[in-house]
Amino acid sequence: MPKMNMVQALNSAMDTMLARDNAVVVLGQDVGYFGGVFKVTEGLQRKYGAQRVLDTPIAESGMVGAAIGMAVNGLRPVVEIQFADYIYPAYDQIASELARLRYRSAGEFFAPVTVRTPCGGGIRGGQTHSQSPEALFAHVAGLKVVMPSNPYDAKGLLIAAIEDNDPVIFFEPKRLYNGPFAGEPEAPAESWSAHPKGEVPDGYYTVPIGKADVVKHGEDVTIVCYGTLVFVAEAAAKKLGIDAEIIDVRTMVPLDMETISNSLQKTGRCVVAHEATRFGGFGAELVASIQEECFWHLQAPIVRATGWDTPYPLAFEWQYFPGPARLMHALKTVMEAS
Amino acid sequence: MSILDRPASAPLEPFRAVRMTNNLHVPPSPARPGEAPDFSYLRVTPPGALERPIVTVSATETLPLATGLVGVLNSEHRAVGPWDPRLDPQTLLAGLRFMLLTRAFDERMQRTHRQGRISFYVRCLGEEAVSVAQCMALRDTDMLFPSYRNQGLFITRGKPIGDLMCQLLTNTRDMCKGRQLPVFYHWAAGNLFSLSGNLATQLPQAVGWAMASAIKGEDRIAAAWTGEGSTAEGDFHQALTFAAVYRAPVILNVVNNQWAISTFQGVAGGAAQTFAARGPGYGVAALRVDGNDFLAVYSATKWAEERARGGTGSTLIELVTYRGAAHSTSDDPTRYRPTEDYRHWPLGDPIERLKAHLVTLGEWSDAQHAALVSELDDQVASSWKDAAQYGTLSEGPRLDSALMFEDVFESMPQHLVRQRELLQAEQD
Repeated sequence: MPKMNMVQALNSAMDTMLARDNAVVVLGQDVGYFGGVFKVTEGLQRKYGAQRVLDTPIAESGMVGAAIGMAVNGLRPVVEIQFADYIYPAYDQIASELARLRYRSAGEFFAPVTVRTPCGGGIRGGQTHSQSPEALFAHVAGLKVVMPSNPYDAKGLLIAAIEDNDPVIFFEPKRLYNGPFAGEPEAPAESWSAHPKGEVPDGYYTVPIGKADVVKHGEDVTIVCYGTLVFVAEAAAKKLGIDAEIIDVRTMVPLDMETISNSLQKTGRCVVAHEATRFGGFGAELVASIQEECFWHLQAPIVRATGWDTPYPLAFEWQYFPGPARLMHALKTVMEAS
Repeated sequence: MSILDRPASAPLEPFRAVRMTNNLHVPPSPARPGEAPDFSYLRVTPPGALERPIVTVSATETLPLATGLVGVLNSEHRAVGPWDPRLDPQTLLAGLRFMLLTRAFDERMQRTHRQGRISFYVRCLGEEAVSVAQCMALRDTDMLFPSYRNQGLFITRGKPIGDLMCQLLTNTRDMCKGRQLPVFYHWAAGNLFSLSGNLATQLPQAVGWAMASAIKGEDRIAAAWTGEGSTAEGDFHQALTFAAVYRAPVILNVVNNQWAISTFQGVAGGAAQTFAARGPGYGVAALRVDGNDFLAVYSATKWAEERARGGTGSTLIELVTYRGAAHSTSDDPTRYRPTEDYRHWPLGDPIERLKAHLVTLGEWSDAQHAALVSELDDQVASSWKDAAQYGTLSEGPRLDSALMFEDVFESMPQHLVRQRELLQAEQD
């Protein structure tokens, strides 16, 4: 099976769908001739033409608004917002329009728009190129929210998102584009070619939206996480020698509570981890849902390991990032509680 | 023949009539890698040809100035026409010095980035006249809202370049305390606002600052800068609306350097109409200016400054220039535009043109120029040596990571105090 990094896998997903369905179009800033600043749309304009892979003006609200109109008129637009940090001008179009069009028109109108956007830090991007705003979208009724953590899932989930008749906000943890990353910036960079999830079929397949993945089975504690934190969780559990079950949520909305609940019934202990700020983060939703469904199975309070409640600071990104030390602290806390 | 000798361009046909398969028009770029640079699309007016109306003229009457090109320096390096600001040689030499210092600073910082000593940089090669001449045309008490290619504003206002270097180094004297990417400076004492990184967001803020100035009955004005690509953002249009409605004492500058990373200005709407021409549509006076002509940039800004300070209202200025370097150190323009195209830019280089003008006036010589370049290089080198002792990426003192919890709020809430303790424990 071909080896792909996450950039290539995402490119392959769009390539597959552009070839398969004439309704699919890709639009965004620098996505055409240049192939995107992260090269995710490389070669697609050459292959499918400037009308299907469109360079747009710098206007995120315009991109999403236009995509809604295109979608209502029969297309399946995939919008690239160059950095998640720049998505906010489009927030009105996404939260007030895209999310609610089906609802307010009693199903007569809908807009199958996918909004792709790179998120997360660890690339010396400072406060304007590092954010993880998934909670702001998960909170809006009517949006599906996805964040893959590896090339295989990235391709399968992106194809599923493009085919989905509901809007999907698709976050790509850019620190994982080129390889898995366990939160140790000084460690040698790993490549996807050595990782089983770097094996990506060339053609069409989907990974279902709304289904979490048990990345590692274990008995002692469940770590519920997604994106960059999946690999940090693996590393932290290994360092502590804890038999952790690690769940990659993959889809924040709809949330696969069944997988999470089954795991909690087995382990009775839980750490929730994400890179975004803690206060009102998606972790808070996970903790609330878990205690509602699994309270009588819990043997200890659920602990969160997250970014701090500050903007992402350039000079201190590794003190901000919830690395193995923060995860290990959380795991110890939850294991030591009686 | 220099483009400056050309008669005013007739309204242009689309410069390359490309009919795509169906009917959606996608603006092409004039030239891509491997092709010869093509600037035939550039609309010009001969220097000296446009009138300079009184500053209280109606916005509508500025339309010819918004679609033409205000220029002063002709192909023989002489100042001609009603827009000649008649600056004395000392002022011109000061402008030359600031532009050369900006360029020397940029070149050194670019080298420093290649050596891995700073993590990111943005040069303004070819755009030096914009920041320097505009800053000189304004008062030090006026509030400036810079974009990321306006380092010349800081340099001209007198911010020591060593301070800028400490920010680039994210070292212990970093004015941003380690929180911002390199080049996102600020200088409250110098009336230079904090750079955001998000595009066009500062235009409505500048309008609001100017509205406050009017509310308070002060005569300070505001000026803000954005690229032509960012005029597509809603904030640009909202800023123009507010500026027109309240006749805010503000100058909104669009630096049209032809490229938004890989995207040619046609995609921002520059093929159908000039960016300046947006102004009169909103009721805002507008000037389209040769951005590489120091005298024209100074003169246009002075006109707008008088209009704003006198209470007539705001002006939109489009500065036609060329992004001579990459978008940033993360960008490689040879992937999307002809190599060396900057050398072919018909409006030339702002420093070379001002230098030639001064030489023509008998106020300057090649030898003096070379001596000044060398002096400024030394100044930059010595500032660098000084800045580096406060820490670099790889060595020297480091900022305390506990600083990350400060300034989120005026006083630190309990949850951040707790998180600061947790981080401390993590590091022990």
